[in-house]
Amino acid sequence: MPDQTFLDSTELVLNMGPQHPSTHGVLRVILKLDGEKVLGTECIIGYLHRGVEKIAENRTYAQFNPYVDRMDYVAAISNGLGYCLAVEKLLNVEAPPRAQAVRVILTELNRIASHLLWLGTHALDIGAITPVFYCFREREEALKIFEKYCGARLTTHAFRIGGLLYETYDGFEQDIRDFCNMFIPKVDEYEELLTNNRIWVARLKNVGVLNADECKEYGVTGPVLRAAGVKWDLRKAQPYSGYEKYEFEIPTCQNGDTYDRYTVRMEEMRQSIRIMRQAVESIPEGPIMGKVGKVVKPAVGEAYVSIEAPKGELGYYIVSDGSTQPYRCRVRPPSFVNLQALDRMIHGGLIADVVAVIGTLDIVLGEVDR
Amino acid sequence: MADEQKPGGSQAPPPEGGGAPKPPAKPAGEAAKVTPKPAAPAPPPKPPAIMAATPWDSDLARELKERFGDRILQTATYLGQNFIVAKPDSAIPVLEYLKLEADFDYMVDITAVDWPKRAERFDVVYILYSFPRNERVRVKIYIPDGYKPETAVGVHLTANWLEREVFDMFGIEFAGHPDMRRILMPEEWQGYPLRKDYGIIQQDQRWVQENLGIESGQ
Repeated sequence: MPDQTFLDSTELVLNMGPQHPSTHGVLRVILKLDGEKVLGTECIIGYLHRGVEKIAENRTYAQFNPYVDRMDYVAAISNGLGYCLAVEKLLNVEAPPRAQAVRVILTELNRIASHLLWLGTHALDIGAITPVFYCFREREEALKIFEKYCGARLTTHAFRIGGLLYETYDGFEQDIRDFCNMFIPKVDEYEELLTNNRIWVARLKNVGVLNADECKEYGVTGPVLRAAGVKWDLRKAQPYSGYEKYEFEIPTCQNGDTYDRYTVRMEEMRQSIRIMRQAVESIPEGPIMGKVGKVVKPAVGEAYVSIEAPKGELGYYIVSDGSTQPYRCRVRPPSFVNLQALDRMIHGGLIADVVAVIGTLDIVLGEVDR
Repeated sequence: MADEQKPGGSQAPPPEGGGAPKPPAKPAGEAAKVTPKPAAPAPPPKPPAIMAATPWDSDLARELKERFGDRILQTATYLGQNFIVAKPDSAIPVLEYLKLEADFDYMVDITAVDWPKRAERFDVVYILYSFPRNERVRVKIYIPDGYKPETAVGVHLTANWLEREVFDMFGIEFAGHPDMRRILMPEEWQGYPLRKDYGIIQQDQRWVQENLGIESGQ
């Protein structure tokens, strides 16, 4: 923050975080204020930096797999899927169809869990207490399915390079169907609480606007980009893991404000259910593990593979030197890149909007800092 | 295995010989000389020590060659993913050209790879995506330690934090960057963690003692 800030008596520098309930972790934001108006922000991050990329270089490909769950820990399955796909790309193998279908189901379920956590905490930041309990109630059902499938609820390590380790448990399909049937009315319930709620609308409309050009300029992806009117989703644009087999829409909005991002994410949850319903009725029989040796040892080379994680484009750029350990494993985290647009979104807004905008970006600091 | 990383520097220039129109005789001759090499060191069925990339044959690759000539060292494709190797000082013009003329309007990522045994120690990798073409391409430059590549912030705003992270982790400074500070590590930290000569449990002892009040973080 420049020194001149302190010379002008009408300007105030306010520190927010890193221990602040509305920053969703250990994000520190320095706000430059003129009264209630935000003149500028600076993000200070890195409090949760664990050197994930360095760890990758010192572990074998299979050993590093559980670590990726610890980045975006509310969407661990998406992280795992991206990593497995990237290593599979380097090995030039594909997971068998059955594994792909199960991966899609679990990843979509995880997308719902992640969006539910976003909705609950975002609403809580705005001042609506009720939704957080409702959201966690349904999220619990999703986590129970993860637990039944692989024994873990959050950092699941559900997938393996080449496919799956575990066959689905008895009654898996029925659990998914039950969840789908149970969940759609619940989304309506949340919408009833919020969508036309006057306080909700007043707090979100025209707040934190980021238009399509700015999104591209800042590299912002995911629901934030779609809320600005860009119909782009990697599941459609460059399908992976068999997404091309399922019918679903890419929800978009036009204004790119916080309310639109809310609308987009709500619709995304419905679309995820749609995908899960199709996938669960058509899980093919067959093996769940592709032709991958006990020792994962890709040829010398490099690959960049990305997926549509709940927060945006999650990419892995892996360089192999022909050994059993990645020579370099770069993670392209959606949260980190999206967070950079925070300053643009808040600029000129009110201090009360800061928590709304941080909430709507849906960042997870574990992924920002890695 | 890690020792076999010589390739990039010496191997980089030749492969793309396809576009016959402009290249002068000399590079073509060199290409012919180098191409058989990857096959040679493999009497036993040993995987090649360099990436088995093949020349990237496309309109864009030809356009780039035409426009930038020998400032493009290589256009290649591996596992269906295309990449361009440019001379260090041409990275920004190439990125600009790709953005304005070829619709690569979204900079996905900037990162680096450390090859301590190579003369040009670092790869700096720009990953681009084009919304209209639904296509990805990587632009790479090979730079020696201490070389300061020009910043890409003027082309894509998102480069700001991404370059800061590269600086933080590798110590590669970007010339003309508006805010070249560390981003993830503490500002006073000594050392660049993602360099290969930085140990996995290494730390800045002094920083830890001064700021955390403990003898060691291990």
